[in-house]
Amino acid sequence: MDAAAFHQALQSRFGEAIGPLEGGLEPAIRVAPAQIVPVCEYLKKDGASAFDCLSNVSGVDYPKRNEIEVVYHLFSYPKRHACVLKVGVPRDNPTMPSVFRVWATAIWQEREVFDLLGVVFEGHPDLRRILLPEDWVGHPLRKDFVEPTEYHGISTKRESML
Amino acid sequence: MSLLNTMPEYTVTTKIDEMLNWTRKSSLWYMLFGLACCAIEMMQTGGPRSDLDRFGAVPRATPRQSDLMIVAGTLTLKMALRTKVLYDQMPDPKYVISMGSCSNCGGLFQLAYSVCDGVDKVIPVDVYVPGCPPRPESLTEGLLKLQEKMMQEKWLVRRGEGDIAAAEA
Amino acid sequence: MSLGGYDVEVERPGGLATEEMTLNMGPQHPSTHGVLRFIVKADGEVMREAIPDVGYLHRSIEKIAEKVGYHGFMPYTDRVDYVAAMPCNQGWAMVSEKLAGIEVPRRAEYCRVIAVEFNRISSHLLSVGSMGMDIGAYTPFTHALREREYINDLLEELCGARLTFNYMRIGGVAWDLPPDWVPKAVAFLDRFEPLIDEYNALISYNKIYVERLANVAVISAADAVDYNLVGPNLRGSGVKFDVRKDLPYSVYPEFQFDVPVGRGEMGTVGDSFDRYIVRINEMIESCKILRQALAGVPEGSVLAKVPRKFKPPVGDAYVRIESARGDMGWYCVSDGTEYPHRVKIRTGSFTATSIIDKVSRGLMLADLIAVVASFDLVAPEIDR
Repeated sequence: MDAAAFHQALQSRFGEAIGPLEGGLEPAIRVAPAQIVPVCEYLKKDGASAFDCLSNVSGVDYPKRNEIEVVYHLFSYPKRHACVLKVGVPRDNPTMPSVFRVWATAIWQEREVFDLLGVVFEGHPDLRRILLPEDWVGHPLRKDFVEPTEYHGISTKRESML
Repeated sequence: MSLLNTMPEYTVTTKIDEMLNWTRKSSLWYMLFGLACCAIEMMQTGGPRSDLDRFGAVPRATPRQSDLMIVAGTLTLKMALRTKVLYDQMPDPKYVISMGSCSNCGGLFQLAYSVCDGVDKVIPVDVYVPGCPPRPESLTEGLLKLQEKMMQEKWLVRRGEGDIAAAEA
Repeated sequence: MSLGGYDVEVERPGGLATEEMTLNMGPQHPSTHGVLRFIVKADGEVMREAIPDVGYLHRSIEKIAEKVGYHGFMPYTDRVDYVAAMPCNQGWAMVSEKLAGIEVPRRAEYCRVIAVEFNRISSHLLSVGSMGMDIGAYTPFTHALREREYINDLLEELCGARLTFNYMRIGGVAWDLPPDWVPKAVAFLDRFEPLIDEYNALISYNKIYVERLANVAVISAADAVDYNLVGPNLRGSGVKFDVRKDLPYSVYPEFQFDVPVGRGEMGTVGDSFDRYIVRINEMIESCKILRQALAGVPEGSVLAKVPRKFKPPVGDAYVRIESARGDMGWYCVSDGTEYPHRVKIRTGSFTATSIIDKVSRGLMLADLIAVVASFDLVAPEIDR
């Protein structure tokens, strides 16, 4: 099955929540944030799609569109096909449900998106920083992130010897 | 060590400083503080082809039993605080070799927001070994330079009142 | 609880009050896996929980990509997984080529495959050697380092560096195979292949080693897929999936090789021993691929024409390659300028660390070391 077939199956089942198929090198299916968990459950349990593996969760910051896009790359080991879902959340209030009940790997991958971009995943069992120190301020992969000048007394600038 | 031929064979004359320094430089136990890529080259330096053990340097796991800390790899800000704790846990006299560009000055990660640009922001360094990662021969040269530096140290010095006050300050 | 087939009872002599201890393992520890920290809640020797704390090597490589551009990012990809740097180079080159629609010359593809497979052998050697060291056997580590030195010599002659190679470029590879390099590489393979049997005799089927690894941290195939384990970790649990065979890329379809899978040889399918033996067998398969590749390198150029100011069209691409640690996902979003908008690297070690808490409940403290070693974690892959 290819992206167009998945898109059609999802649209017939979820209607309004599924946006148009975005073309390009990797055709992606837009999903409304509130419906992401039922969509993922359907894609995992349905025999034709059988997406038992969440290969990648990335967050991408689009300040011009004023949204943060969370991209899910799904993969199916029985059927050996792939699918891309994209969810857009507003930049000033980035919250969306967590899909950890569908795929356990989402626990850590969503923690990383929270740490680096600030997207809050509702229902996540353990949403805290994973890569940066616990007391770090700010979300670095946002485009408007300003690097701090010091951390715990250690300055982040190195004076040139020249 | 200076040998005078007029003495019987089982006698050696030298300065006490030199003898102390010679015994200590020939048995530098380093703490395995491999953080990143340089750690692999540090292991290869301790490996079969170029061997650090022939200089008396054996790896120790804990700072309490080591007198050399080879900081091999990038120091992030999260790790920098722990590095200070580990350095403080090492008993005196202790030395630090900074191995690789990342621990010398931040290396190619100076553009990063979470990297501490150089380990000398947190602990004092004796020898800097450049490279990315340095070849085993470079690290061995760094160790030999440290040994040269150690031979210059003076331990038995006639101290006056001023020196003791300064040392205790 | 069961330990290698024997039932172990945790004894509580009458009237003795016991407490749970919270121990800290790391971030500095005598292991090759890098700076990892575990907060272990232990009841005596048996663990109740082992929570991994990562991020001690977070070097913000993904953010740096947005500052240095496509060509300039290549040296940073070496540092994503420095033990197996060639596949990382290949992943970045492939995703950039996919975005811009660049075709790589066949000779360059062969050079890439040869470099990647040598690096795979080198990485697996370090993995099995350090696993032996973690269990307590120091000798296999020195044997592994000895063989790695020969591979380092070969790769140094090829591209100038021993560890962080920066060999590949967008559109091909940087340098052609030197003259007389192919016979030296074949001579190394002739020397190395019989040594794998020596390795097996030395450590793999050693009774103590097997007892330490068999039936420890059994991961079922369903769990492995649910937690997105990849590479030898996934194949050790019985799932026969290899990106080189199932989602082929580069010139891998032209080579004959097998994909080793864990069969529960010494214990259950999916235990630490299976993950270990899959790596040993993968080295044998890599030797097969190398012999075929070295015998049939085509003529031609090694670098396609790529503009200096590399500006791929707007869009995004996701590429998966089989690195030594498994399936690595490279996701790149381009906004039409010279600098990528976003680069995301999804690595096998990151997802493997997430299963450690679940798998280590009820194991002993020493088993935690064996489990971490059997997953072949490297800290830079987890933290990037």
